[in-house]
Amino acid sequence: MATPSVPIPNRVEGVVDQTPPRTFAGTYLEVIHDWVVTVDHKKIGIMYISYALIFMLVAGIEALMIRAQLFFPENHLISPFVFDRLFTMHGTTMVFLVGMPILLGFGNYLIPLMIGARDMAFPRLNAFSFWISAFAGLMLYFSFIGGNGLTGTGTAPDVAWFAYAPLTERAFSPGHSTDYWALALIASGIGSIGTAINILATVFSMRCKGMTLFRMPLLVWLYTVVSGMVLITISPLTACQAMLTIDRYLGGHFFDTQAGGSAILWAHFFWIFGHPEVYILVLPAFAFANEIIPVFSRKAIFGYPAMVAASVGIGFISLGVWAHHMFTMGMTSFGNAFFTLSTMLVAIPTGIKIFNWLATIWGGRVRFATPMLFAVAFLFQFLIAGLTGIMLSVSPWNWQLHNSYFVIAHFHYVLVGAIVFMIFSAIYYWYPKMTGRMLDERLGKWHFWLMLIGFHLTFDVMHIPGLLGMPRQIYTYEADRGWAIWNQIVSVGGLIQAIAVAVLVYNLVHSYFKGREAGPDPWDAWTLEWSTHSPPPAYNFASDPVVASRRPLWDLKHPEDPDSAFE
Amino acid sequence: MGTVPLEHIEHPEAWKLPSRGYVAMSSLIIAESAIFTIFVVAYLYYLGRDVSGPTPREVLELPIFGTVCLLSSSFFIYLAEHAITVGKMGAFTLWWAVTIVLGLIFIIGTGVEWDKLITHDHLTIATNLFGTTFYSLVGLHASHVIIGLIMLLITLVFALTGRLNPTHAERVKVLALYWHFVDAVWVVVFTVVYIVGR
Repeated sequence: MATPSVPIPNRVEGVVDQTPPRTFAGTYLEVIHDWVVTVDHKKIGIMYISYALIFMLVAGIEALMIRAQLFFPENHLISPFVFDRLFTMHGTTMVFLVGMPILLGFGNYLIPLMIGARDMAFPRLNAFSFWISAFAGLMLYFSFIGGNGLTGTGTAPDVAWFAYAPLTERAFSPGHSTDYWALALIASGIGSIGTAINILATVFSMRCKGMTLFRMPLLVWLYTVVSGMVLITISPLTACQAMLTIDRYLGGHFFDTQAGGSAILWAHFFWIFGHPEVYILVLPAFAFANEIIPVFSRKAIFGYPAMVAASVGIGFISLGVWAHHMFTMGMTSFGNAFFTLSTMLVAIPTGIKIFNWLATIWGGRVRFATPMLFAVAFLFQFLIAGLTGIMLSVSPWNWQLHNSYFVIAHFHYVLVGAIVFMIFSAIYYWYPKMTGRMLDERLGKWHFWLMLIGFHLTFDVMHIPGLLGMPRQIYTYEADRGWAIWNQIVSVGGLIQAIAVAVLVYNLVHSYFKGREAGPDPWDAWTLEWSTHSPPPAYNFASDPVVASRRPLWDLKHPEDPDSAFE
Repeated sequence: MGTVPLEHIEHPEAWKLPSRGYVAMSSLIIAESAIFTIFVVAYLYYLGRDVSGPTPREVLELPIFGTVCLLSSSFFIYLAEHAITVGKMGAFTLWWAVTIVLGLIFIIGTGVEWDKLITHDHLTIATNLFGTTFYSLVGLHASHVIIGLIMLLITLVFALTGRLNPTHAERVKVLALYWHFVDAVWVVVFTVVYIVGR
């Protein structure tokens, strides 16, 4: 066994739970049964994450197909009908079957461990939430083969991930594609709300002794804000799907313009969900950064109270910016101005967070292990993504660039450059805790650099065709537009990212069997999950922890200089 | 090994946290309020925009009796909550049953009203905007009442078979909180549909 990169001080050995996990010598069927019926938050978390990673590969392949079709002008590799399904499914999959599950999965796994609890507040609700989300994904993908659609070649949704009415009404979408979309999202929404309720009950009611709200790890704070937002945000989506289904099957007129219904109402209701949804996706990325950056800078997070306030502020303000997706729909100038200003306002608490992360790194002793590489890239990329977002918030600018590749470049900069990069960082950071093995550091660095180069090649360049006028969701373009060369660079970058992800997949599988043993605390970190064995036993903690500061393990390892003396 | 002190705690008083039942039910109520808000907004937005068909003023009558029953059921369920807290299981069962009866009266009243609207006034969910938004909003509320009634009935069965006792007071109060929420939503729906909308 190789020595871990940071040796654990001997003083910790005595209090860290060293109970080895029960070696399960069951048959394959018994093991599968154990996972299927489990209510253990750790297993459910791992199932969420694995499920999300599989769908990430699927949605990634959909993206690669899109990039292949757009490589040449006037290409006919993929028909326009299939192209519509590809970008709809790519978006819907990435948001609902990758983003939400992986983030809720990490939350499920980490929150009870970080607050010193035995499990989530409602373990069976937890299992139900996972399985209904899983079912939703399978139902959505069943659409590719189920039923007869317009062309009889499968009826996957083809109405874009935001499915504007009245395109989705019976008159214009006669097949079942929209129904698969609506029903899958209702089911997935129920799962998300269940998990949100669970997280809030766990955080408020199950913290260990001494862990006041202001001693919780910032990850737990951010997941609390996320859960509150999920409660308020997912219900409008469910309402949308219900209204759409009533229109499609019961003859309702919610979005039936002939009867006086309004297409704009769909846009408002959907984006009242859709905008906070992307903040729900990004706040966990902030949560990971709050845990990882301090550990690899060997400094406590700068400005904990300000970080809490900023996170709550972002949560609130993000509920009031939704119509910046609707600047071209003919709102009044007062409406346009209001949403421009509210969108700019959200930059303030976000900026506070970025400055605090920088202040954490400043003066620290930085260790550039793979998690930190991804976290530093996140800082740069999230900043740029935020800046293009501010550009888009200016409604006259938006009128030129709405529905162009500039918008796609902006939101992928956040989704990939910030969120996916932090997900990768979190995977490298917590994989040792979940499996007991370190991921290979050399492969990790290959993954990082390939991902960085591929990401920037694709999404930096993608702003240019947007500025040159290339619209979204077109399946091909004329040769004399001057967009071809940019599309080709973007597509090459996509291929490089695919190779990077392949390296990660290989790393995940190979290290599970051959990785270096991690021990309880491979990173010399400070929060409670690192005081358990890797992987933790089913009961998490042999005895209930008692904490007196924000960094309980620091206090343990440095009894001569505890945080509790200063808090 | 007892509790592992990572550091001595400076406050030796009891560690009190809110009960998870209340936090969970409050969270559910927040989520449900959000979905009701969307349907209320749709209802208000579409008022007066029908191009054909019956209007609210023409066909809606104030459901006074049903409303009084539903809102008073909140008072009776509160009596039931108090009874189980002080251990009076007989009184609890009585007030709980009264609550269920009042809720049933409300639902039956809604059904009678809808029957009149459909057969007599020819107002269905497909007739016009008013029909769509009315049945969606009132129907959403009614479905929440029905789910509440089912939960209350199950609890009543447990009480009648002697399986319920004062140690379950907390859980019963969490369920009662849901019922109070359903009543509060009716206040909003009633105001929007039958007062503002006409």
